[in-house]
Amino acid sequence: MSQPTDHLIFGRLGWDAIPYHEPILMATFAAVALGGLVVFALLTKYRLWGTLWRDWITSIDHKKIGIMYMILGLVMLLRGFADAVMMRMQQMVAFGDNAGFLPPHHYDQIFTAHGVIMIFFVAMPLVTGLMNYVVPLQIGARDVAFPFLNNFSFWMTTFGAILVMISLFVGEFARTGWLAYPPLSGILASPDVGVDYYIWSLQIAGVGTLLSGVNLVVTIVKMRAPGMSLMKMPVFTWTSLCTNVLIIAVFPVLTATLAMLSMDRMFGTNFFTNDLGGNPMMYVNLIWIWGHPEVYILVLPVFGVYSEVASTFSGKRLFGYTSMVYATVVITILSYLVWLHHFFTMGSGASVNSFFGITTMIISIPTGAKIFNWLFTMYKGRIRFELPMMWTVAFMCTFVVGGMTGVLLAVPPADFVLHNSLFLIAHFHNVIIGGVLFGLFAAINYWFPKAFGFKLDPFWGKISFWCWQVGFWITFVPVYVLGLMGVTRRVSHFDDLSLKPWFWAAGIGTAIIAVGVLAMLIQFGVSFMRRKQLRDVSGDPWNGRTLEWSTSSPPPEYNFAFTPVVHDNDTWADMKENKYQRPRSGFVDIHMPANTWAGFTIAALSAVCGFALIWHMWIIAVVFFFATVGATIVHTFNYKRDFYVKADHVAKVEGERTRMLESLA
Amino acid sequence: MNHPFVRRLPALLLLLLLGGCNTVVMNPSGDVAAQEARLITISTVLMLLIIVPVIILTLLFAWKYRAANKDAEYAPNWDHSTVLELIIWGAPLLIIIALGLLTWISTHLLDPYRPLARIDAKRPLAADVKPLEVQVVAMDWKWLFIYPEQGIATVNEFVAPVDRPISFKLTATQMMNSFYIPELAGQIYAMPAMQTQLHAVSNKVVHSEGFSANYSGRGFSDMRFKYHSVPTAEFDQWVQSTKAANAALKLDRANYLVLEQPSEKDPIKRFGDIEPGLFNAIVDRCVGPGKVCISQMHAADAARAKIVAELCNDPRAAQNTVSLKKQNVATN
Repeated sequence: MSQPTDHLIFGRLGWDAIPYHEPILMATFAAVALGGLVVFALLTKYRLWGTLWRDWITSIDHKKIGIMYMILGLVMLLRGFADAVMMRMQQMVAFGDNAGFLPPHHYDQIFTAHGVIMIFFVAMPLVTGLMNYVVPLQIGARDVAFPFLNNFSFWMTTFGAILVMISLFVGEFARTGWLAYPPLSGILASPDVGVDYYIWSLQIAGVGTLLSGVNLVVTIVKMRAPGMSLMKMPVFTWTSLCTNVLIIAVFPVLTATLAMLSMDRMFGTNFFTNDLGGNPMMYVNLIWIWGHPEVYILVLPVFGVYSEVASTFSGKRLFGYTSMVYATVVITILSYLVWLHHFFTMGSGASVNSFFGITTMIISIPTGAKIFNWLFTMYKGRIRFELPMMWTVAFMCTFVVGGMTGVLLAVPPADFVLHNSLFLIAHFHNVIIGGVLFGLFAAINYWFPKAFGFKLDPFWGKISFWCWQVGFWITFVPVYVLGLMGVTRRVSHFDDLSLKPWFWAAGIGTAIIAVGVLAMLIQFGVSFMRRKQLRDVSGDPWNGRTLEWSTSSPPPEYNFAFTPVVHDNDTWADMKENKYQRPRSGFVDIHMPANTWAGFTIAALSAVCGFALIWHMWIIAVVFFFATVGATIVHTFNYKRDFYVKADHVAKVEGERTRMLESLA
Repeated sequence: MNHPFVRRLPALLLLLLLGGCNTVVMNPSGDVAAQEARLITISTVLMLLIIVPVIILTLLFAWKYRAANKDAEYAPNWDHSTVLELIIWGAPLLIIIALGLLTWISTHLLDPYRPLARIDAKRPLAADVKPLEVQVVAMDWKWLFIYPEQGIATVNEFVAPVDRPISFKLTATQMMNSFYIPELAGQIYAMPAMQTQLHAVSNKVVHSEGFSANYSGRGFSDMRFKYHSVPTAEFDQWVQSTKAANAALKLDRANYLVLEQPSEKDPIKRFGDIEPGLFNAIVDRCVGPGKVCISQMHAADAARAKIVAELCNDPRAAQNTVSLKKQNVATN
C-alpha cells in the first residue's frame, strides 16, 4: 500500500477499513451476507433475474417505482430501528463503572446513522414513494411528467442508501450527529472517512430527491385530468404539490452546504472552519434553512393522507377543503421563516430570537386549523374504524401533544433550558413518529389493496397498531421526563443512578415497539398467504372518494383507458353518485413511455464515483465521473423512448375488469 | 371503546407533570432558571386550553359517530360552516397572540446578554453591586473557568457565591459546546473565535453539576464540571485557599497551551495566578507563539478593502497603486 500508484487507485482504503474487531458489526455483516445469498439463490432458482431487471429495475412505471421506494423505506426502517434499539440498550446499562457495550467511537456513529437513515432513507423514500404511486392516479394521469427521471431519481436515492450501508462494513460512518455541524465535521476533528460517507451518500440521494421534486411539481401542474382545477385537486395532491415545491426550494441549499463542507475537507477552503475567516455558525444557519422546511416536506404529504383517510372512512366530504388548502400553503411559506429556532442558544439578540419564536408559533395556527378540520370531518360522519382510520385518530391525539411541546420549545427562554435535552428528543419523535410515521402506516394500509389487489390482514395490523401506541408512550414519556431532569442528548454514559428507572422504562417501551415492527412484518407475510380471502375485486375496497379508486386493483399499466373528466373535488364519489358507466368499447392505442436501463446505470456509476471520492481513490473517481457523464450522453441518443399499448390489448384488460366487476354484482 | 390508549393519555400527561415537579429544570435554585421554568408552566397551561378540548372532542366524535351507532346524525355532504371556520382559525390565533406577547416580553427580559435587575422575585439588585465576572472556555473535553477579579482559574470546577449576580463570558478552543448548569440558568453556546455572554444568579447553597449540552466529539459524555454555590464568606475563603495552595501554578500562555490539548475525564485542577488578557487572546485565537490574531486579520482586510474601494471610486488614485501594493505586502 505504500506505493504511490497504489495510493492513486486505492486511496485510503486498506484492509484495516474492515471492522474485524467489532463483533456486532461482523455478526450483522454475516447476517446480511447470508440473507443476500438466500435472495440470490431464490432469484436464480425461480429464474427471476430477467423479471427483476425488465419489470422492476428498468421500469419507468410510476406505480412500480413508488412500490420500490416503499420497499427501500421499510428496509431502511429496520436498520434505523436496530440503531435505536442499540442506543436504548446502551443507555439502560451504561451507569457508573459500567461503560456499556458501545464505546463512544461506536455509539456516536449509531446516533448519527439513526438520524440520517430515519430522515433521508426511511421517511423521505416512504413519502416520495407514496406521492409517486398515488399522485398520478389521483389526478387522472398515466404516468409522471418525466418517467425516465423518476426511475433515475429512485436509483440515486437507493444508491445513497447503499453507500450508507457500505459504511457499516467498510470504514465507518460519521460521528458528528445527523447534521454534521462543523467544526466537529471538519477535517481537523474528523479526518477519517465517516463524514465523507455522510456527505457523498446525501449528495447522491439529494440529486434523486431534487429531481423527483421537479418531476412531481410538473406532473401536478401540467398533467391533471380535464376539469380538475387547482381547487378541485384532492388534498393529498395539494400537500404533495406544496411538499415538492419545498423540495425544489431547499434541497439545493443542502447540496450547496454539503459541497462547501466537502471543499473545506478536501481542498482546504475555509467556509466553516474556525480560522482564516471561516464561521461554523454559517453552516448551522444554512443547514437549518434546509432542515426546517425538510420536516414540513415530510409531514405535509401525510397531512394529505390523513385528509383522504378521514374523509373516506367518515363517509363524508372533507370539512373545510378551502381552509385546508390555504393552511397547507401558509405552512409551506412559513416553514422558510423559522429556521433560527434550532439555535436560539447561540446568542442571537432578543429581538431576533423573539421574531423566530413567534413565526414558529404562528405555524401552529394553520396546523391547528387542520386538526380541527379533520375533527369536523369526523363530526356527523359514519366512521368505520379500519386500520387507516385507527392510525389517523391515534395521530390526532398523539400529534397535538408533540405540537404543544414544539410550541413550548419555540419560546426562546424555555428553549434555553430545554434545547439539546431529551425533552427535545421526545418532542421531535412525538411529531415524527406520531405525525409522519403514523401517517405512513395509515397510507400503507389504505393504498396497499390498490397497489397489490388485496387488503392487509387487519388482525396483525391491529397488533402492530396497539404495540406502536403503547410502546410509543412508554418510550417517550420517560424521555420527556429525563429532559426535565436536565439530561441532554447524545450522552453515552451516566453517573446519576436516579435516571436509571426512566431509561429502563424507555427501553421497555422500545421493546414493545419492536413487537409492533415485527407484527407489521408478519402482517405483510400473512396478508400475502391469505391474499385470496383478502382480495379486492372492485378496485374500491374502502368506498373511496378520489380517482385512484376508480381503477382496478392493481391498476393497469396505463392507469386509465380514457382520461377521466372531473366535475368535483371528490371526483370518484361524485362519479359514483351520478351512476357513472365505465366505457366498454371504443378503446384506442395508448402512448406510454418505454423502460430504460439508463437510470440504474447512471446512478450506479455515480455511486462508484462517490465511493471513490470517499476513499480518495482519485483515478477511479475521475474515471467513473466521466463514465457517469458518458452514460448520460449515451442515454440522450436513445430514441426508443415510447411505445403504444395496442387498442385490442386495452380492450382485453378492460374486458377482464368488466367481468370482475360483474362477478361482484 | 376503540381507543383505550387515548383514555390513558390524561393519566400519562399527569405523570409527566408530576415527573416535572421534582426535576431540576422545573425546580432550579437560580432565579433566571426559575423564571424560565415558570414560563414553561404558563405556556403549557395556555396551550392545554386548546389541546385538551381537541383530544376530548376527537375521542367523543370517534365514539359518537362510529359506524355502528345508527342513531347518530349522518350528514355526508356537510363540509362547511363559516362560524366553525372562524372558531377554528380564531381560537388558536388568540392563544398564539397571548403566547406571542409572552414570548416577546420574556425573551427580552431573560435575554442572556441583559444584565440582571434582581436577585430573586423579592429582591431587586442594589445599584452598587458589581457582578462576579467569570470567563469560561470550553476545551476538548473539559471546562476552564477564569476569575479575572480574583486572579485564579479552575478546570472542571465552578464555585459561585450565593445571591451575587454572575456575568459569564464564554468561548471555546476548537469544538462548539453549550454551557449548561440546569440549577443556575439556561444554556448558551460556547464557540471558537466567538464570545457569548450569560447573566445568572444563584439563590441557594447547591452542590451540583454543569456540562456541555452540545455534542462535541469523543470525550463529550464526560465533559462535566462540579458546580458549587456557596455563601459569600465561604467563596472568599475558597478563593484565598486556592490562591495559597496553588501559588506556584500560574495559568499563563505556556500552561494554557498544554492544557488546551484534548483530554478526557480530567480531574479538578486549580491555578493560583493568571496571565491578564489570556481570555481575549483565546477568543482572538492567538495564544500560541507567532499566531496572528483574528482581530488583526480583520483590521488588515478592512484596510485593504478600503484601499480598493477608494481606487474604484477615484481612478486617479490608481497612479498610487504601486506604492499601495507595497503597503499591502507590508501588512501581510
